[in-house]
Amino acid sequence: MMLLSGVIAMGYLFYTKRWKWLWDEWLTTLDPKKIGVMYLLMVFLMLLKGVIDGALMRAQQIVSVGDAHGIFSADHFQQVFTAHGTTMIFFVGMGIVFGLMNLIIPLQIGARDVAYPFLNSLGFWLFFAAIMLLNVSLAIGDFSIAGWVGYAPLSGLEFGPGEGIDYWIWTLQIAGVGSLISGINFIVTILKMRCPGMTMMKMPMFVWSVLATLVLIIFAFPILTATLSLLALDRYMDMHFFTSSFGGDQMMYVNLFWAWGHPEVYILVLPAFGIFSEVVATYSRKKLFGYTSMVWAIVAITVLSFLVWLHHFFTMGADANVNAFFGIMTMLIAVPTGVKVFNWLFTMHQGRILFATPMLWFMGFIAVFTIGGMTGVLMAVPAIDFQVHNSLFLVAHFHSVIIGGVVFGFFAGFTYWFPKFTGIKLDEKLGKYAFVCWFIGFMAAFLPLYALGLMGATRRLDHYEASTGWQPLFIVAGFGVFLILCGIGFQVLQLIKSIKQKDRDTTGDPWNGRTLEWSTTSPPPLYNFARLPKVTELDEFWVMKQTPVKHKEEVHHFEMPKNSAAGLIISAFSFIFSFAMVWHIFWLAGVGLLGVIISLIIRLSNDDFEYELEVKG
Amino acid sequence: MSTEADTRTVFGFWVYLMTDCLLFASLFATYAVLHNNIWNGPSSREIFDLPFVLTETLILLTSSFTSGLAMLSAHRGSKSRSLFWFAITFLLGAAFVTMELREFSHLVHEGYSWTRSGFLSSFFTLVATHGLHISVGLLWMLVMMVQISSRGFKSIIMRRLVCLSLFWHFLDVVWIFIFTIVYLMGAA
Repeated sequence: MMLLSGVIAMGYLFYTKRWKWLWDEWLTTLDPKKIGVMYLLMVFLMLLKGVIDGALMRAQQIVSVGDAHGIFSADHFQQVFTAHGTTMIFFVGMGIVFGLMNLIIPLQIGARDVAYPFLNSLGFWLFFAAIMLLNVSLAIGDFSIAGWVGYAPLSGLEFGPGEGIDYWIWTLQIAGVGSLISGINFIVTILKMRCPGMTMMKMPMFVWSVLATLVLIIFAFPILTATLSLLALDRYMDMHFFTSSFGGDQMMYVNLFWAWGHPEVYILVLPAFGIFSEVVATYSRKKLFGYTSMVWAIVAITVLSFLVWLHHFFTMGADANVNAFFGIMTMLIAVPTGVKVFNWLFTMHQGRILFATPMLWFMGFIAVFTIGGMTGVLMAVPAIDFQVHNSLFLVAHFHSVIIGGVVFGFFAGFTYWFPKFTGIKLDEKLGKYAFVCWFIGFMAAFLPLYALGLMGATRRLDHYEASTGWQPLFIVAGFGVFLILCGIGFQVLQLIKSIKQKDRDTTGDPWNGRTLEWSTTSPPPLYNFARLPKVTELDEFWVMKQTPVKHKEEVHHFEMPKNSAAGLIISAFSFIFSFAMVWHIFWLAGVGLLGVIISLIIRLSNDDFEYELEVKG
Repeated sequence: MSTEADTRTVFGFWVYLMTDCLLFASLFATYAVLHNNIWNGPSSREIFDLPFVLTETLILLTSSFTSGLAMLSAHRGSKSRSLFWFAITFLLGAAFVTMELREFSHLVHEGYSWTRSGFLSSFFTLVATHGLHISVGLLWMLVMMVQISSRGFKSIIMRRLVCLSLFWHFLDVVWIFIFTIVYLMGAA
């Protein structure tokens, strides 16, 4: 399948002689708007793959009852759920975060570009290389069986020999380094490149939420890099960090993993909070209620998210007081999150609300996320957690917050900003159909899992006895997944129809927006703004529209980065390196590593990477 | 090249250094957890040779000083002096790496390699990660010396040199922690 679609794509490119176009316009581009589009393209492909993985898991659980053993062997089933989690967290979740950052952040802060255009492209291509490595494992060899968290010692050499876990390690390692690089780029962009007058407390809410996300990325991802390196050293150099003998300590792996993993949850969901803040204010035609409290809520969540990691393993056997501390910290997070929910609702209060698709996603989010949040607070009580730990109740909980929060948030933002980066409005009707399918599908797919979890069904279950009576609920859940797939179908139709119809946005401001991205054309020019905006108020564009000022046309000079293939080349060498490491072909790994080093030196020694642009406006 | 781009780069490099700091923090934490898990192998008291490590430390500290001198000459625009001090810094850094490798090979020769126990795994990983950073710094220094001699002190070269010297001083600070926590506290 993969090979075939690859051949067809290549054939098409040769046939239409579009190689040069692809190379110049996309592969070597340093324009964050295009890099953002490429992120989102990968997100859609990976979302499809991840949902299909999930559907296969449900299918197995529907049929594998009693004497029947379903469609997968236990080993294959383990690979599927590992791939599902890895795909969804690292390539869908993180792809959404960085894709929207690339598309929107420079525009919202009134900047012409990001701080380090080359690092930005390198970050994307490393993300891409990691996706390729994950997909290669479908064709060559096996993938990991140790779950997306890869707990030791199951992921160690003794209990997890074979290439699967190495695939998982190197996929995450490359994706993680890419995220770290992009994170540094964007934090400097936000802190150093805001347009004149935009003080911290005049930044749009989405920028604030992304800034908090970036702080989390910068603090959390080095821990992941270190942890995976230690696991790799255990596997490649026979070291004893997480082994069960020679003085290794498996619980240290779990602690280190979640010291990254819990902040990661907020890395995914905070940008969604930002999106909803923009969407609710725009479609309620009011300014956001309680801006300052929103900012402090985000800051509080950012700090607290580093103090709760132990709630992922209350059952480890830590002291009761330790569990109590982490339980209370976890419950505390509900306070700032609640502040945000109420602020959004108050923003809607007495607004002239336009029930466009993004608003529907928002209301779906409030319903689903609140359920997820409440079950989360429930599980923060260690005594209750002991009952539902590792059960489908937990699975239902985190799917409520991740699908309800991250995915619904992304769809709201995607619909909201689609006209900005393409110049075309999305079809409303099909969008609403998609929402209804997703919303009902979600409820059908995950509410039964809460019940199943309470009845004792564990997660990652590949077979159960008919006497448990779980099968009907699994069938309902499977039907829910089918509805979600219908929702995705409508979204694909919506994209095709909208692109064909070309309902153009000629104004640059189709929703009567409030923030600076709507002050430029749709799609924006390469340089975003000919004249950099000057900000005096929060929601500056709204203010500008109330009191329009005519500017005299002038010529502006500025530097823009030249295209560069270095990000692509370095990532290709990284891919070679990691693939060779998976299969223990050390000479090839050496070649890959040398390629990375040499191409980095060449790129970083280059003094001539910008050109001057002259624009009137 | 505007000064705005300079401050941006240096600021971003600081952010990078902080992420690197967290990487080391994770390794320090790992060492703290595992340093008593000797699994009938040697303990830290038995294998550290303090005078040898003190010499290493002094060499690295001196290299930080000479890299400072190299930067001072670079700011004055004196090519030959700056190159001279960078060359001295490079030699000191290379001496440090050589001594570290000698210590490692000595330990492996005695049968105390990283496969022996959790303690030794975490020791080798923490110290070698620092050594790897120093080696990257040496390669970077070589590249910069070529750039200085062929292109002079353009503002973009100066910007890179500032980052390099930040990196070098940062590694010095990390080594102070390794020297204190791993060697001094381990031998006590």
